[in-house]
Amino acid sequence: MALSMTRDERKTPLEAWVLMAPALAILAVITFYPLLRTLYFSFTDAQISAAGTSGNFVGFDNYAYAASDAGFHAALIRTIVFTVSSVALETVMGVAVALLLNQEFKGRAIARTAIILPWAVPNIVNAMMWRLIMNPEYGALNAALTQTGILGAYRSWLGDPSTALAMVIFADVWKNFPLVAFVALAALQTVPSELYEAARIDGAGPWSRFRFVTLPGIVAPLLVAIVLRSIEAFRVFDIIYVMTRGGPIDSTKTVSFYVYQTYFSYLDAGTGAAYAVIVALLSAVMISGYILVIRRQEAK
Amino acid sequence: MSNPSLSRGELVRYVLIYAAVAVLVLFTCVPILWLVIMSISSAQELTAVPLHWIPKSPDFSRYARLLGLTSDGSENIFLPALRNSVITAGGATLVAMAAAIPAAYAMSRRNAPRAMLFVMLATFMVPPITYALPLYTGLGKIGLLNTSAGLIIIYSALLLPFAVWLTKTNIDILPVSLEEAAMLDGAGTLRIMWSVLLPIARPALVAAAMLSFLTAWDEFFYALLFTSDLRAKTLPVAIADFAAGRVTDYGMVSAIGVLAAIPPVILAIFFQKSLIAGLSSGSVKG
Repeated sequence: MALSMTRDERKTPLEAWVLMAPALAILAVITFYPLLRTLYFSFTDAQISAAGTSGNFVGFDNYAYAASDAGFHAALIRTIVFTVSSVALETVMGVAVALLLNQEFKGRAIARTAIILPWAVPNIVNAMMWRLIMNPEYGALNAALTQTGILGAYRSWLGDPSTALAMVIFADVWKNFPLVAFVALAALQTVPSELYEAARIDGAGPWSRFRFVTLPGIVAPLLVAIVLRSIEAFRVFDIIYVMTRGGPIDSTKTVSFYVYQTYFSYLDAGTGAAYAVIVALLSAVMISGYILVIRRQEAK
Repeated sequence: MSNPSLSRGELVRYVLIYAAVAVLVLFTCVPILWLVIMSISSAQELTAVPLHWIPKSPDFSRYARLLGLTSDGSENIFLPALRNSVITAGGATLVAMAAAIPAAYAMSRRNAPRAMLFVMLATFMVPPITYALPLYTGLGKIGLLNTSAGLIIIYSALLLPFAVWLTKTNIDILPVSLEEAAMLDGAGTLRIMWSVLLPIARPALVAAAMLSFLTAWDEFFYALLFTSDLRAKTLPVAIADFAAGRVTDYGMVSAIGVLAAIPPVILAIFFQKSLIAGLSSGSVKG
């Protein structure tokens, strides 16, 4: 029908732009402008100094350097390992916990409150807490493991390059699995119970009921949570800064930390900006994934 | 069997559920409990090998010192950092919500292009390290480095996208009839937003404001870069400084951590329902 236009076909009234103006102005100044400046710096040999940050145009030199910098590559790979492991563990634990808390049992409200706690603890406090627990000489982890006979001698969990990254991942998972659990729990409550009944009548066991009823019912919101968590994990900085400062022997140095040092320890604005642009481009891939997931969900 | 109404299968199911819940609750609560215990143990107990788990006599003197009730002559970092955190997170939440509500209204009710929401969300998803250097030099130029005002401006941009999204999804599900009635009575958009929308959307707006506040309270990266002393340093930076210094008293570090965790933990417990609804509404409703 010619008269029934959908919302999106109508013109945007001027009023809508006026209403959005404050938000757009803030974002333009605090995000778009810095993004362009960083892009500009990445083509210069600018150094950070008290006199101001400026430099000469050097073309793609900084990018060529980034392409050959083994330290940067290692940091990128480490960040990907961190992101994939953290988010995978958070997803598995989050879904398992959501399935558990979706059961009927007395004390469910208390259990739900107990899992909101790690999420509420501030990032820095979380990092500091685990640093104290994993302390090589006086930490509770060593004490508990040796007193129960699981471990023969004290270990330096965060001081050993072979365990440090895993420990940081553990701290991240502890804090963030509740978020995935909340999203999965909310999604579980939208799965119609008749579907379970029907599956049961068809003789489906617990695993097939999960695989063919539960999972399809929660996969869309879960994907959104997974992509959001990945975007967040990819920028990890806080817990690294407090728990290990990127060490030992760079074994926990992620890209955000690497760029941070290039800027503020080596004062190299040009190279740092080129790294930052590359990191932003990699994030853009994840952001497009996110938008695709949302679009597909809306189309349903 | 003592309870005849419980079949064997049901009993097994309950035992399994409670065992799993017990493991889960221990996993989430024991580390926090240990942080609290460290904060009230004596320095000797904390550095004893083998470790002394339960303090002989709980020692609350660190809290008294941090809260300024007693003084040992050393500089108190907690109260100034707390003040800065409250000002920064509160100010940024106010600015972000004030800009987010009209923007969300434009998207929900005034046919603003949907792409604008995605553009806003995209700015939030780009890693802060990409914005860091120009923000640093920019704040330096206008004299706002190491000020709460500078952090408030930066944080408002950080909070805006999510606040707009959350507010928009919640306005979407409200009925338009009240607004239409007000419009027929000749009310303008601002008046409709203020006296029709705000009252009925209050629970959703409170949830959005709360999540914004918690995000700002938690923020570390920008605060680390843009503040240098207790005139503007927020709690996360003060804690990181403190934990990184050559502190021998782990109990003191723990006590600061406990105090910094109390406001968000209380908010999270009391506003559990609306927070969880807010967190999951974006993903579940799209």
